[in-house]
Amino acid sequence: MPAIGTGAGIDATPSLPTTFCGIELAHPIVNGSGTFDAIAARRAFGDALVEQFPFSAFVSKTVTVAPREGNPPPRLWELPGGLINSIGLPNKGLDGYLTHDLPELARLPVPLIVNVMGFTREEVARLVDAFAEREEVSALELNVSCPNVETGLIMGADPGETAKLVERVRPLTAKPIIVKLTPNATDPGAVAEAAEAAGADALSLINTIRGMALDPRTREPWLGAGTGGVSGATVRAIALAQVQEVARRVSLPLVAMGGVQRGRDADDLLRAGATLVAVGTESFRDPLAGRRVAAELAELRREGSNPGADAPAST
Amino acid sequence: MSATATTTDDGRRTLSPPGRRRATVIERRVHGSYVVLRVADPEGQPARPGQFAMLAAAERWGGGDGERPFLPRAFSVARIPAPGEAEFLLEDVGPGTERLCELEAGDALWLLGPLGIGFGLEAGGRRPLLAGGGVGIAPLAILQDELAASGAADLAPALLGFRDAPHAEGAALLRHGARVATDDGSVGHHGRVTELLVEELDRDERAQVYACGPPAMLEAVRALCAERDVPVQLALESGMACGYGACFGCVVPTKSGYVRLCVDGPVLDGEQLETALVPGAGH
Ligand SMILES: Cc1cc2nc3c(=O)[nH]c(=O)nc-3n(C[C@H](O)[C@H](O)[C@H](O)COP(=O)(O)O)c2cc1C
Ligand code: FES
Repeated sequence: MPAIGTGAGIDATPSLPTTFCGIELAHPIVNGSGTFDAIAARRAFGDALVEQFPFSAFVSKTVTVAPREGNPPPRLWELPGGLINSIGLPNKGLDGYLTHDLPELARLPVPLIVNVMGFTREEVARLVDAFAEREEVSALELNVSCPNVETGLIMGADPGETAKLVERVRPLTAKPIIVKLTPNATDPGAVAEAAEAAGADALSLINTIRGMALDPRTREPWLGAGTGGVSGATVRAIALAQVQEVARRVSLPLVAMGGVQRGRDADDLLRAGATLVAVGTESFRDPLAGRRVAAELAELRREGSNPGADAPAST
Repeated sequence: MSATATTTDDGRRTLSPPGRRRATVIERRVHGSYVVLRVADPEGQPARPGQFAMLAAAERWGGGDGERPFLPRAFSVARIPAPGEAEFLLEDVGPGTERLCELEAGDALWLLGPLGIGFGLEAGGRRPLLAGGGVGIAPLAILQDELAASGAADLAPALLGFRDAPHAEGAALLRHGARVATDDGSVGHHGRVTELLVEELDRDERAQVYACGPPAMLEAVRALCAERDVPVQLALESGMACGYGACFGCVVPTKSGYVRLCVDGPVLDGEQLETALVPGAGH
């Protein structure tokens, strides 16, 4: 694998103007929900973070109606080329988000996409309704990787559940609605078609893939929640295949993610049919990874497509 | 060292530049079971005692066939030997530390930091008392340097606990005095560092304790200080993926719920905690 370049030296915001659901963006690289906390990062890095903001839009961490503490630690397990997390969607809840987070996130230099999740369709409707008229919010992303407590079905694993959910919330807002698909479905393409038919404006994929690890000493599950979600380089090939499959089956714009580390990885997902690419786990290794990926992508575009540049077998 | 370092959180946090940067190992020293890496980091600002950095080797890390290590590892800044430099204390305990321990002078590494909130040096007239165990002595070295430089008169020696003689060689990192305890009695006091702490507190309880070490030691120090109403600041450890609040993976339970150790710590007040035994730490 070619050495990963340095974040230093990327002075100007990379310019690759992109339109997504009518939103004008400086380049196609955003963050995966839950993998970057712009408020905490600003505490660590100060105003320099805002000046060199790594993404062309900011996707905030999943918001639920009620506040959540998240799962008991340990929450992380490192894998060869990735990690398993069982964070458990800690967040301040809708009221906390509106009071504390939204005003700060609205001051970021890029459009804001709010990611929401509910345990019933009515909860999701309440969340969508709360943001429907907020001018600080450019789009909404529905995290459907959770069970509907009324039916027991993972909303996004079942085309029928997904259709009913999107139909329920579609009339509530004119803002773009992005449905974030789960890869833990038998046929993500069928879920994608259901979301499109029900009125979604865009789809994002992939979310994390269920996985687990045992404590090497006790041989009991390591993660506090037992199982977690796999992300990082190790899921890249799966993401690419799912993005291509979904792109074939729907005509909606796609936000593709899963293991993106370099401009080349982003380019692969764009070629598979995506409009935007999100960087997740790689930001843990370098807060400015998104900016570097965008710069590398711009460089690839400048060079023109030159598939011979990398040995085909390189990872 | 730039005079313009920006600090926040009552001077306990030096802000980090937002990108990881390529730094160079300029010296590798072996202290018994430990390796000290001296790193040139001209773009970096001087850490406050207790702050940390995320480190990864620039080569053979999270690439190629995707072997572990994949994520950077958190290390307390152990000392600032000169402007634009930092020292880190390492012990080979897993794939990440093994790779970093191999680095030689001239090798490159990725560095992000300084990160987190360090020790509060305002001791309200109490005498500072430093207690550390194992590789956790690292932040006490920079803390002791700073206390000595600010003229803290008759600074008590730092109390340091180790497993055995090879580990006890780490005590050389503390330049302004140390008393050592070892589990096997091969160096210094035969027993636990908390026994030395009890001695010191028996002598004079008007102390502000600063502690860093393995979870069981930190918990013993926390409980001891709570019992005697002695204020204590503990530098904790937990598994970190990012070091700057992005992943929510490093939480520890406190009396007010989970806090992310990388942005709200790693130094916490003993009073914030029911226990310093952090699930998953020390792995
Ligand atoms: C620690 C962690 C937390 C995440 N939290 C969320 C979340 O709150 N909501 C969500 O929709 N996806 C969440 N995700 C999934 C990511 O947004 C992304 O879909 C996934 O990690 C794949 O991209 P990556 O391989 O680049 O990380 C999380 C992923 C990680 C690793
Ligand atoms: S290490 Fe990622 S939030 Fe603390």
